Amino acid sequence: MSRRVLLIEDEPNIIEAIRFLLTRDGWQVETHSDGADAVEVIQRAGPDLVILDVMLPGKSGMDILRDLRDVPALAKLPVLMLTARGQSRDRDMAEKAGVSRFMTKPFSNAEVLTAVRDLLAQASQS
Amino acid sequence: MLTEGAEAALIATLREAAADSGRVLADTDRADEFAGRFPGWAEVLAVAHRRIASLERTVETLSDRLTHDPHLAASLHEVLSTAAAIRSTASILAETGELEAEWRDRFHRNLNEDSLRLAESSKALVTYLDEGETSEERRGVPQEEVELFVTARGHHFAELEAGAVTIDDLVQDAAELTSPAAREVGRNVLRQYLSDAAVMPLDPLRAALAEHGMEPLKLARTFETDLPTVFRRLSAIPPDAMPGEVGLIVIDSSGSILFRKQIEGFALPRFGASCPLWPVFLALSRPQVPIRRRVSQLGRSAVQFDCLAVAHPIGAPEFNRDPVYLSTMLILPVATPLTEAGDVQVVGSSCRICPRSECFARREPSILNEGF
Repeated sequence: MSRRVLLIEDEPNIIEAIRFLLTRDGWQVETHSDGADAVEVIQRAGPDLVILDVMLPGKSGMDILRDLRDVPALAKLPVLMLTARGQSRDRDMAEKAGVSRFMTKPFSNAEVLTAVRDLLAQASQS
Repeated sequence: MLTEGAEAALIATLREAAADSGRVLADTDRADEFAGRFPGWAEVLAVAHRRIASLERTVETLSDRLTHDPHLAASLHEVLSTAAAIRSTASILAETGELEAEWRDRFHRNLNEDSLRLAESSKALVTYLDEGETSEERRGVPQEEVELFVTARGHHFAELEAGAVTIDDLVQDAAELTSPAAREVGRNVLRQYLSDAAVMPLDPLRAALAEHGMEPLKLARTFETDLPTVFRRLSAIPPDAMPGEVGLIVIDSSGSILFRKQIEGFALPRFGASCPLWPVFLALSRPQVPIRRRVSQLGRSAVQFDCLAVAHPIGAPEFNRDPVYLSTMLILPVATPLTEAGDVQVVGSSCRICPRSECFARREPSILNEGF
């Protein structure tokens, strides 16, 4: 069965690069660019992993993450968060909100691949 | 009694101050007695306590400007997001062995788009940071307010020279001068301005400039005055009377900047210390000896300037009193830059932001060398 990732990001060229990268790595990649209905989209898609940008139109990634963790079925869904601000404050906030892993832009492709593989391995163990 | 209204508020603030100090004071509960016996001191303590609280808030705001300044955060986010797209796309192109032509073309196109965007967004960011440097945030320090006041009037006060207004009128009406200290510094600057203008009135100065050009020594001789007066006056006349733009900086012997007139291309930091290689500091080591140096400041542009500096004692000389010097430097733009490296003194603005790697005068490492 193919591994499925949902990428929530509003930068078309980042979407394109990550989609290419993860598709080559054997993932099935779906994308979404609006923050406002992201939680419903995640619920409907039921992916194995979510990559979530912090700055999104409509609703911030931080709020989306908090809402996700409130849904019992999604409380353990692996979430990799992308942010352009590497400040400790953002990281603390994301950790409190229940992020699985945190990555600052500009990231390397290898970092993304390692992160998603690790997250999937952890999820399948637990 | 001291238990109502303002007094109650005072006592509450005193208790707060005691609590915030983190010490257990046996007599915290005697705050009302303290306020009753020493109302003046109690007020001083309360005011100081409130001031500390407000300064703490300012420090927090400044130290976390990224979080508190939505425009800056958005601007940085744009730059970093584009950098992320470029990095990711570029390494796909570089590292993917056999890439289909269709994908390759698409990634090349993305790379091109993103690099244009990065150029635009980083330019916008720099513009924003530049504006931040010159905007109202500089308020508060008397010299800063005086600088705003003088700059807003183009460094020239025609009505004052004509006798149509007085120094007190100008200072009274200046919205920029918010504190008594700033008004006092402003009055001193204007007094100096008036006495310079009396020595070198505008019309004769125009004629002398037409005859000699920008030659401070000849001007000093023509008006029978000293170089600091000429330097100050040249930076205080309307642009149409001048062959070109000039900058001015006046420091005291502690290196503190007392007055400055900015000139495009030569960065003069106000806070923190400046570059010790500036001729204005060299002049302090040779009082009353005029010094002329061609300098170029490292930074965004390497424009050359002629810096003319002289240190002069203030006040009338007295027996057995050590003189106190001010140093004044006129900064003139250069029409024909020198090309021989040895003829130009390379200086910085301030060590922290200076890119020069080998410098015997360096005080502290530059953030630019740490891969900022």
